[in-house]
Amino acid sequence: MDKILIITRKELKQFFDSLMAYILLVGFLGFSGFFTWLFGSDIFLVGQASLQTFFAIAFWTLFFFIPSLTMRMIAEERKSGTIETLLTKPISDWQVIIGKFLGTLVLVCIALVLTLPYYFTISSIGKIDHGSVISGYLGLILMSGVYISIGLYASSISCNQIVGFLLALLIGMFFHIIFDVISTGFTGLPGEVFSYLSMATHFESISRGVIDSKDLIYFFSLIVLGLVLTHRNLARSRS
Amino acid sequence: MDIIVENFSKNYGPQRAVDNISFTVRTGEIVGFLGPNGAGKTTTMKAITTFLEPTSGNIRVGHFSIFNQGEEIRKVIGYLPENNPLYTDMTVIDYLEFIARLHSIPKEHIFQRILEMVAICGLEGEKHKKIGELSKGYRQRVGLAQALIHDPQVLVLDEPTSGLDPNQIIEIRDLIRRIGKEKTVLLSSHILAEVEATCDRILIIDKGKIVADGTTDELRRRSQGSEMVKVTIEDAEPNEVYQALSELETVETVSFRTGMDNGFEVQSKAEMSSKRDIFLLCKGKGWILTEMTPFTASLEDVFRELTTH
Repeated sequence: MDKILIITRKELKQFFDSLMAYILLVGFLGFSGFFTWLFGSDIFLVGQASLQTFFAIAFWTLFFFIPSLTMRMIAEERKSGTIETLLTKPISDWQVIIGKFLGTLVLVCIALVLTLPYYFTISSIGKIDHGSVISGYLGLILMSGVYISIGLYASSISCNQIVGFLLALLIGMFFHIIFDVISTGFTGLPGEVFSYLSMATHFESISRGVIDSKDLIYFFSLIVLGLVLTHRNLARSRS
Repeated sequence: MDIIVENFSKNYGPQRAVDNISFTVRTGEIVGFLGPNGAGKTTTMKAITTFLEPTSGNIRVGHFSIFNQGEEIRKVIGYLPENNPLYTDMTVIDYLEFIARLHSIPKEHIFQRILEMVAICGLEGEKHKKIGELSKGYRQRVGLAQALIHDPQVLVLDEPTSGLDPNQIIEIRDLIRRIGKEKTVLLSSHILAEVEATCDRILIIDKGKIVADGTTDELRRRSQGSEMVKVTIEDAEPNEVYQALSELETVETVSFRTGMDNGFEVQSKAEMSSKRDIFLLCKGKGWILTEMTPFTASLEDVFRELTTH
């Protein structure tokens, strides 16, 4: 566990040293704030004391921002050769991968914590369902976990960061929207399968306040799958 | 702790990079790893440090095998990889701290240990700079510092002095020699003089096979089955002399000495001496023999002889 946290710390430090973290925070807060409070179907238009608007927007902003955080994670280490220094230190491949995963997740969590003023503001305006807010944030964190895991896998494929970014978006696109679109075109079993694969299905149910094991299994199995594939790619570079 | 390489082979796809090599580096020994580019030096070092898995064979460091005790090996090894990869956006101190933590150096010792490494490697003035801002020589020192920070039992250094200026090279050499007294050191280099000055023993590898293993003196002696002399012959037509020397019974090869019209290097056939014949030749032809100096092969010659085909 110590070793994992050393990597997590290093990744976070690199995020903040390289301005990436600030760009993410400003970008994320800017986008989500603008669409939550000022433009489109914002909170005033909806006229309900709920964070549903914000969750719907964060659902998309995180989807686009996360690949830009994960793209360099392994690709850059490969390109500069630092992966060799890292993997010849007393640390296992798994510890490296999980450390990097947590590093990105913590940064996303920081971004989410900074949106808590939205929650305080709205709860002072009207009666808000606190349970659905908590589970909505949980949903965002779990969804981020899935995309970070996919992003790490995409980054481990080659030593090119752009490939890492685009591949993560491409794979993410399927879960984010394509499966959802396909599922509406089918009835019966195929429709249910695609609907189950779609991120929106699970995110909506959890952000409404329903924490179902079916959804948790979905999130965690995707996270694990992504990390296992990343580990396999890393192990392959040793042979 | 010894490094024991047993029948190690490594294939990259269909290409065989290292072909069934075995050698041992003992504690207190500094072994130089020489060979042309692409001979398999780096591959072997990567395998010893557990970065690459062998296609076949085994490598042990002390009692630990790379197959199931990789993590134990990584604890005792200090490794400077080829091209010295570093996190360019970290400062020197941060980087060394990161490495020290990975090696589980106790928290209270980390800072002191970093300062020690900074002093030993001469990074005093650069310790707060980002690594990306450092010149190549300073980066190389950072690379060495990270390899030495946990006081490793075994050191594997892939071209430790590349990019350093002559003063630094001498400092680093001294450092390696000092460390090498009680530790096990395997270093690779292109610079033969350096290997000769630093190492107790030399391994020459070519096309994935070990072609020589011994001390510098042993290697010289081995390639010196034949006698070599430098001669200068005046008052004669150089091409005629060349021809006549080549035709001597005891002479194996003749070559012109660079920058001289009438200077030659003569290599005798194995177990023979051509000195008397050369003298008699000159006497017979009425040429003036102004120089005849026997010389020993340099390490460069040994290297060339073993690795060119």
